[in-house]
Amino acid sequence: MSDRPRAPGLLDPAILVPAARDAFAKLLPTRLWRNPVMFATAVVAAHVTWVFLRDLATGTGQPVFAGQIALWLWVTAWFACFAEAVAEGRGKAQAASLRRARSELTARRLVNGAAQPAVAASDLTPGELVEVVAGELVPADGEVIEGVATVDESAITGESAPVIREAGGDRSAVTAGTRVLSDRIVVKVTAVQGSTFLDRMIALVEGASRRKTPNEIALTVLLSGLSLVFVLAVATIPALAAWSGGGVGVIALAALFVALIPTTIGGLLSAIGIAGMDRLVRFNVLATSGRAVEAAGDVDVLLLDKTGTITLGDRQAVAFLPAPGVAERDLADAAWLASLSDETPEGRSIVVLAKEKFGMRGRDMAPAHARFVPFTAQTRMSGVDLEGSSVRKGAVDAVMAHVAAMPGARTLAPEVRAAAEGVARGGGTPLAVARDQTLLGIVHLKDVVKGGVNERFAELRRMGIRTVMITGDNPLTAAAIAAEAGVDDFLAEAKPEDKLDLIRREQAAGRLVAMCGDGTNDAPALAQADVGVAMQTGTPAAREAGNMIDLDSDPTKLIEVVSIGKQLLMTRGALTTFSIANGVAKYFAIIPALFAGIYPGLSALNLMQLGSAESAVLSAIIFNAIVIPMLIPLALRGVRWRPAPAARLLAGNLALYGVGGLVAPFVGIKLIDLAVNALNLV
Amino acid sequence: MTIEGWILILGFTLIVAALARPVGLYLDAVYAGRRTWLTPLVAPVERGIYALAGVRPQEAQGWRTYAVGVVVFSLVSALVVHAILRLQGVLPFNPQGFEGVPPAIAANTAVSFVTNTNWQSYGGETTMSHLSQMAALTVQNFASAAVGMAVAVAVSRGIAARGSGTLGNFWVDLMRGVLYVLLPACVVLALPYVALGIPQTLAGSLQASTLEGPTQDIAVGPVASQVAIKMLGTNGGGFFNANAAHPLENTGALTNFIQMVSIFVLGAGLCVTFGRIVGDERQGWAILAAMGSLFLVGVGLTYWAESHASAALVAAGVDPSAGNMEGKETRFGIAASALFAVVTTAASCGAVNAMHDSFTPLGGMVPMVNMMLGEVIVGGVGAGLYGMLVFVLLTVFIAGLMVGRTPTWLGKRIEAREVRLAVFAILAAPFAILVGTAFAAAGAGTAGVQDGGPHGFSEMLYAFTSAGANNGSAFGGLTATSDFWAYGLAAAMMVGRFLIIVPVLAIAGALSTRSPAAASAGAFPTSGPLFVGLLVAIVLIVGGLTFFPALALGPLAEATASGLF
Amino acid sequence: MLVHLRPALVLVALLTALTGIAYPLGVTGLAAAVFPHQAAGSPVTRDGVVVGSSLVGQSFSQPQYFWGRPSAAGEGYDGRASSGSNLGPTSQALADRVRAEAARHGVPVSRIPPELLTASGSGLDPHISRQAALFQVARVASARGLPVDDVQALVEARVEPRFAGVLGEEWVNILALNMALDAMPLANAAPGAGVP
Repeated sequence: MSDRPRAPGLLDPAILVPAARDAFAKLLPTRLWRNPVMFATAVVAAHVTWVFLRDLATGTGQPVFAGQIALWLWVTAWFACFAEAVAEGRGKAQAASLRRARSELTARRLVNGAAQPAVAASDLTPGELVEVVAGELVPADGEVIEGVATVDESAITGESAPVIREAGGDRSAVTAGTRVLSDRIVVKVTAVQGSTFLDRMIALVEGASRRKTPNEIALTVLLSGLSLVFVLAVATIPALAAWSGGGVGVIALAALFVALIPTTIGGLLSAIGIAGMDRLVRFNVLATSGRAVEAAGDVDVLLLDKTGTITLGDRQAVAFLPAPGVAERDLADAAWLASLSDETPEGRSIVVLAKEKFGMRGRDMAPAHARFVPFTAQTRMSGVDLEGSSVRKGAVDAVMAHVAAMPGARTLAPEVRAAAEGVARGGGTPLAVARDQTLLGIVHLKDVVKGGVNERFAELRRMGIRTVMITGDNPLTAAAIAAEAGVDDFLAEAKPEDKLDLIRREQAAGRLVAMCGDGTNDAPALAQADVGVAMQTGTPAAREAGNMIDLDSDPTKLIEVVSIGKQLLMTRGALTTFSIANGVAKYFAIIPALFAGIYPGLSALNLMQLGSAESAVLSAIIFNAIVIPMLIPLALRGVRWRPAPAARLLAGNLALYGVGGLVAPFVGIKLIDLAVNALNLV
Repeated sequence: MTIEGWILILGFTLIVAALARPVGLYLDAVYAGRRTWLTPLVAPVERGIYALAGVRPQEAQGWRTYAVGVVVFSLVSALVVHAILRLQGVLPFNPQGFEGVPPAIAANTAVSFVTNTNWQSYGGETTMSHLSQMAALTVQNFASAAVGMAVAVAVSRGIAARGSGTLGNFWVDLMRGVLYVLLPACVVLALPYVALGIPQTLAGSLQASTLEGPTQDIAVGPVASQVAIKMLGTNGGGFFNANAAHPLENTGALTNFIQMVSIFVLGAGLCVTFGRIVGDERQGWAILAAMGSLFLVGVGLTYWAESHASAALVAAGVDPSAGNMEGKETRFGIAASALFAVVTTAASCGAVNAMHDSFTPLGGMVPMVNMMLGEVIVGGVGAGLYGMLVFVLLTVFIAGLMVGRTPTWLGKRIEAREVRLAVFAILAAPFAILVGTAFAAAGAGTAGVQDGGPHGFSEMLYAFTSAGANNGSAFGGLTATSDFWAYGLAAAMMVGRFLIIVPVLAIAGALSTRSPAAASAGAFPTSGPLFVGLLVAIVLIVGGLTFFPALALGPLAEATASGLF
Repeated sequence: MLVHLRPALVLVALLTALTGIAYPLGVTGLAAAVFPHQAAGSPVTRDGVVVGSSLVGQSFSQPQYFWGRPSAAGEGYDGRASSGSNLGPTSQALADRVRAEAARHGVPVSRIPPELLTASGSGLDPHISRQAALFQVARVASARGLPVDDVQALVEARVEPRFAGVLGEEWVNILALNMALDAMPLANAAPGAGVP
């Protein structure tokens, strides 16, 4: 059962109602000035409102017309604020529940091994030790330095299954606000309240720490520049028209200006950014900055760990390859014996294979006085000692050395070595099996490539992203798996430093690199990568080093993260194009209306055959306003896209948003004009 | 419209396209300092000049130093031109005994020639001594063109640079442009021009007693040498008032064709040079293709419009399908006049072989639109390329977002700073044009206007458009000798030249400090037809949206009032 | 700024010497040596007197000459004041001038080749089209008392083809045509319709 509410739908009233209220607050000039396009809209709206009030008071001019234009201009600005508020609202609901988890945290310090009375978690400082026992909430982010416990992290991840946290290794990080379900752990505090993971998460989903990303700044500059061009184009009109001796209506001019400036993208820009972060959050990935999300869209190279990402975490036995003169059944029997006590996935898969092929079943081992020999890094073997006989399985070299050292060892068959190499070349792992001084043969363990990864990598390739598989395997094995999985490249026998070097090399060539990692020794590489996704289960060091944290600790999600980053940029680009293309139709609506009094012939430009000058201006402004809320769902959801070469993406988006942006307003304004005239609004 | 007309237009386009590559490769070699067949002859002269001027030719300059060089050189040039014009009455080579040019006209002319505009608010044969034509105006025809090419090459270098932060040496680029390109080409062109009838003499006039009796005093002078450079350098300042319509400045179909090709050849070649400098020639061809598309649309529209008699002619009883021959020369006819008008305004030349003021409303609108789009259709030598590169940058930015990547251009990320500078550069010309025209139309400049109604407005709009875009052609009905026009247009020319050059160099400077990334398969190609189409659309939409109201009050109002022609 | 001043001043001075003095004077010298006739403006002489430039139009208004196009250069074909009319496409003055011009030819506007009604860009256009010349044959022939066919043949012989078959237009040089006309034997000349 999850504590964290699932994200609300697009048009959830629980979000829309407060957002509508917030939108009014956002209209204040002190807040609006950050958005130059909308600020300009509000200034013009204020001016037209003044004209309306003046006309109303003096009984001159066209107060009905001015009033409606003023109203729609305010509505335009309000819609933009509303879009932002809706995007923020979706994060706020999540933040509220996270905040509840934070509020009641208390801690028991451990001083000289003795637990102290409980204090508020906010009093803790980094480096202090606290004790947490079953049933308690972890008071601060930290690292388990003693003990093992099951922890319920659903408050953070939404995942109800408890996870193991233990001292040492790569699963030592605990997060403030999570609940210890069993046992006792001692936690060394690494972050105190205000800067804990929970705090960062709250800030992120609320959008409080949201700063404009470089791309967003550049786009804002472009939009401001376009607005300036239109200031020029519109502000000079009265003087230009002065030559003809005719006057130009100030309201129509104001309307023309707002219609031309890119209000659509200007109004939706921040909503798009917030929604992009929100999509990541709902995908259970936290980005520490919007910049990281954008960088994900730019990634050229993906570094993927083989195990768990490309292959199923474990290798499976697929064949017994006996040595010359050895029956396959004998080999299977020995391998089966040696694996009975082996709880690793590989060991279990050998038992399963033996059972499938030769129907071997569990037998009572006790009478045989079986003693199990566990695997160690020194021996690189495991096995079982029976009375008078020992069975070993393990790395081929190790087993061979073991056999050779036995008294009375028989000459080792070169065929076995050849079989082992054959397995390795094919991407498998050979495991030698020996009984006493006899080498029985090879068990073929195979990495099982996850279903569907091939297609995923092909998709990435189409997007122009290169995948590099990182593995500790030898180059032969790595090459075979790389070929099967369809990655573009691999790094075999990789040590953590190799990973870091690879990232540096790619970056030096100007490529952006993404990777994910969980261990402490991944931290340098995570920090070096342009997009470093740390696993929530990872060490505190890894979590600090990355610029994204995957709450589900699922390395394959890197691919989705890239997708979301791309979608964010694409949505901005598409709406910018749409917005700019819109200007053409608006000109054809407003210019004839503006100048028809001076040069009646210009009504030939009234391509849409709009009813009257006033209705044309009003229709254009209404279209301009309502297109914003109509596009809010698109802004929040992001444009749909499928991985494809850039040129095809561009062509598709241009056809849809460029050509669509040219055509849509012609249709929309015409329809609105019909309605305006039918209702006799002007 | 005739078959011969279309053959001329398409043949012209193909010949320019065919010349672009050899010319572009030669320019690349010249600016890269590689050996050319002129090197043995020119290199010693070049070295001597640098020694005399205190220029260290190996010294690469950052964008600021480069830009200051451009501005200082232009400033000094303007002062020298101004001084010569004012003092021509007491200087030699003045066979007609002209007095010094009045201050406002002299200032306007100095700025005009230094900015490669060559707007002429005077009649050459009635105002300028031979010395002024040669030592002041011809010099700037060379210098301003060489400055434009230098800036274009410097910008290309900045885009291609691998983090060096330098753009080359302005003085070297300036002199190479003159010594290896403009001067040799002009020497080669000038004699055939003379052979085809263009005068080249120090005499002031040719006295004739006409068949009907009265004497005719025909102005002559060193015309051929000036025509060679005014076309090649897209300066456009005529020796005579009627410019290339004058039968001694453009004697026939062949000189006309050579002059048109001269206008485009360096601008087109520079696109290829750009491609070579950035290491991918297709990049240059894509830009040239975008220019070519815009060009052909403009020519087609103008040719079609001018093939109809104008409303005034029809009103007097002329057959509507007769074509609009008012202001056009018999030896050129409709097609070559329409083509020339589009060529001269697409490039920032401004020479005219027909009077644009007498074009039909739509026929006259195309030259205006060409200039309003920033003269990026081939454009002034150098200026067209660097102007277009600003649009390329914006196109890359928008297209980059649309494919979901931080926009990169030729391996370099485009950031807020570049976008800001690009917006600045794109704003400069509209600012000069619209604000200038607004002042003029509101009363400051109406005194010089010849016609009433929308056509009168078009005359003012054309003047500031021509000045802001550094073109120099005019709707000649306007008398632009008042102080408002002289100084107002001079200001517009300055804005249109330097407020583009400086930000463009700054963009190049910013890009030059970054190392290009390896081409990513995820970035879209900036050399395909799709990109060309998008670039064309962005140029049209930005320019169109900016100037639609002004065009509506001028040519569009006139066209819609007169039944289109 | 100051470090830029020296190269700027020196290069302006050198460019002036090179491109402003040496280049035009050099070309002038070469031109005088190789193409002295063209360099001087292509003067046309008759009986040792310069009667014009073969490239520049001159004013013809007497009925026995072919007329050129209306000229906006000064008072008409002023060699020192080249100019078009610059009258706009909707100009009333243009319509009025066209009507006045048609009246000079004495026939309705619609029957006159358009370039005889429209001013050239330079005001010094030396050419008219073949049609425009043929249109005037009857008047010239009758003023000179020459057979229409002879004059027509003279015009046809003087039509210049397009350059290379495509470039430019077909045209007739009026000065050359009129000089050829003057040179024609006045075989059946009517008394009083002679040459001045």
